[in-house]
Amino acid sequence: MTGMEPTPATALDLSARLSWRVAKNALMTALMVLAFLVVAVPLVAILWSVIGKGMSTAFAGFPDFFIKEIPVVSRRPGPGMGPAILGTLMVTGAATLLAVPIGILGAVYLHEYGVTSKFARLVRFMAMVMTGVPSIVMGLFVYIVWTLRTGYSAFGGALALACLMLPVVIGSTEQMLKLVPAHLREAAYALGASKSRTIMTVVLPAALPGIVSGSLLAIARAAGETAPLLFALGAATAYNPHLFDGASTALSVQIFANANTSFVGSQERAWGAALTLVFLTFFITLVARIFTSRLALKR
Amino acid sequence: MNPAPAPAASPPAPVRSRLSFPTDPAPVRATDAAPVVFDLQALEVYYGSFRAVRDVTMQIRKNEITAFIGPSGCGKTTVLRCLNRMHDVIPGARVRGTAMYHGIDLYGPDVSATEVRRHVGMVFQKPNPFPKSIYDNIAFGPRVNGVKDKKRLDEIVEKSLRGAALWDEVKDRLQHSALGISGGQQQRLCIARTIAVEPEVVLMDEPCSALDPIATTRIEDLMRELKSRFTIVIVTHNMQQAARVSDRTAFFTVELDSANDQRTGILVEYDRTSKMFANPSDERTENYMTGRFG
Repeated sequence: MTGMEPTPATALDLSARLSWRVAKNALMTALMVLAFLVVAVPLVAILWSVIGKGMSTAFAGFPDFFIKEIPVVSRRPGPGMGPAILGTLMVTGAATLLAVPIGILGAVYLHEYGVTSKFARLVRFMAMVMTGVPSIVMGLFVYIVWTLRTGYSAFGGALALACLMLPVVIGSTEQMLKLVPAHLREAAYALGASKSRTIMTVVLPAALPGIVSGSLLAIARAAGETAPLLFALGAATAYNPHLFDGASTALSVQIFANANTSFVGSQERAWGAALTLVFLTFFITLVARIFTSRLALKR
Repeated sequence: MNPAPAPAASPPAPVRSRLSFPTDPAPVRATDAAPVVFDLQALEVYYGSFRAVRDVTMQIRKNEITAFIGPSGCGKTTVLRCLNRMHDVIPGARVRGTAMYHGIDLYGPDVSATEVRRHVGMVFQKPNPFPKSIYDNIAFGPRVNGVKDKKRLDEIVEKSLRGAALWDEVKDRLQHSALGISGGQQQRLCIARTIAVEPEVVLMDEPCSALDPIATTRIEDLMRELKSRFTIVIVTHNMQQAARVSDRTAFFTVELDSANDQRTGILVEYDRTSKMFANPSDERTENYMTGRFG
């Protein structure tokens, strides 16, 4: 038979068929959603309680809470947390100015110059060790080395925070430098640029968004640290704009101190301070994102 | 290493960190008397203990296009990178033998790699513009050399882009990112960036291998135009490109060293392109040209 036999007309079925593969897919999707909820629920719960409990205190008679000094007699209710806000900003700002430039330069040395030399390996190891030092131990160290000699000051707190931030900045910057492709460096060398010039004008600008976001992560973490500041700052209730002179305070320390009392007034202030600190961290992260995305767009 | 002075010029002054070399003594003639730019004698390159290429003896002449061809792994790129000291960035890379540039030993103790690279530029296989604007890419080299005047930089940028046949296409978007143009345009941008510092020599490492045929043709045309101003050395996998473009061709191949089971590149034959392709002296060259081995 040379003619073509017509095939019986069976309808082509492309619809999804019930099988173990489909069920497994659905199960995995459900598990992933569940995992997301497990992560998201505590986060939302924290924000909910902080905002719920702190909103009334923080915004009563706005902007009193953010400007008025801390009541010296802690059982008195009422605002404010002004000195603590200034203290957090000063201490975190000073710590950033100390840790970020040193951290970036250190990472540049580790990745571009030292690489595998003995000294570079030692520095890398020490930075790794530093990430593991408990923050309270860092605070005690600064207490012995600085505060006992010069008394309470915001700078002592900044020193302790800088020690905590430094290994994070070094680590994340080195990772970002590794990501800059070798062919960019080669292109610069081929044009007669020296090594330092290449690093300053090609490598660092190319790695900048990553370096910035790594540093901001370190800053956001430092802003919320309590233990290292306990010993270094003292307990100021009035405004102290001097960095090196006189006791200061910070939001994290105030939250600790006020929440520990049994007075409703102090506890309310603690919630207000908690809300302020959350806002502050959120604001820093937002600025970081905008800055990074603007740099990325320019590419 | 004795610097070999060109006959009509005085021996070069001892170098500290600036290369100085005699100005061109005689006009270029059509025969083999074009002045020698690079003089390689028994050049060998080691990566650690691995000898990548050996016994390279050749002379590269001014205002000519010299092509290095050969199968993969034969050391063409290795030899090319010797000419501008790019091996310095690779730890464990060593060079033996001599590589003379206008009579100065490139690997001599007083010679600075950075200075060498201002005279010998390089264009890489994959276009690698900086993540900056087109203007800043071209101005990078002159700025490194100390040019700060905006007007002068503008002139250099325009001249280089015209020289690379790219000016008309990008003159309205000089401040845009260099990463936003096509691959062929990016490679021409890299060429413009290299000629912006006005080197004497432009090395090209397989410049067209990442490009489509039309972009390749444009770059080959560009090479012919640039020949009058620069000395060009090009590594290429594409024999036909070497035949189309170059004045002289060097054929490299890989030899298996039975003593230590290493594959080392060697220079087989080096001659005028017309002779290499029509009537090569060495059998290995002929085998490669006729496709008996890849």
